[in-house]
Amino acid sequence: MFELWKPVKRFRKWESLFIIHPEKVEEKDQILERIKQIVEAKEGEVLKIDEWGLRKLAYPIQKKKQGYYVLIEFYGLADLPKDLEKFFRIDERIIRFIIVKLEDRFSPTEKDVEAKQV
Amino acid sequence: MNEGLSIKRRIFAKKKICKFCADPNLKIDYKNPEVLKPFLNEKGMIIHRRQTGTCAYHQRKLTTAIKRARIMALLPFVADVEME
Repeated sequence: MFELWKPVKRFRKWESLFIIHPEKVEEKDQILERIKQIVEAKEGEVLKIDEWGLRKLAYPIQKKKQGYYVLIEFYGLADLPKDLEKFFRIDERIIRFIIVKLEDRFSPTEKDVEAKQV
Repeated sequence: MNEGLSIKRRIFAKKKICKFCADPNLKIDYKNPEVLKPFLNEKGMIIHRRQTGTCAYHQRKLTTAIKRARIMALLPFVADVEME
């Protein structure tokens, strides 16, 4: 009976778009490495990294008119965004970020099945 | 006489169709500001759905997408400000 009360590991899928400081683009790999560490600590994985490159901002942020946009897609345990958000807020190289939930229930095993079908 | 007046007053407005209902391939996404731009006026404010003809469901999606795009500096909060 008590087996019912076992905590269930719930995985979710998110995407995150963030802007790197235009003068600190060289440190982009370090940032991505750190993000990977955070995601993997919550049993997740970064699925996709899409770099948009330097783009003009619609309005100046921190007196900068350009920014380096990076879009990532990842999954992990439900409390992963909390850690990621903390990192984004503390790190000065990131000037803006947004985390959007894509799937409420995501199972990493199903992902492999889908990949095989494609 | 009354009849004549009522006919005169009637406005034959073309019925507007929701752009997103008509074209299911067109996705509302905050990462694609080109899709969202027609729904902003020259000041960067969101246009009322009465004017654009968007349905309630898509207008709701649209507003959240526009607000997200504004946060990420893909769309301006105020478009009048010139960037030098």
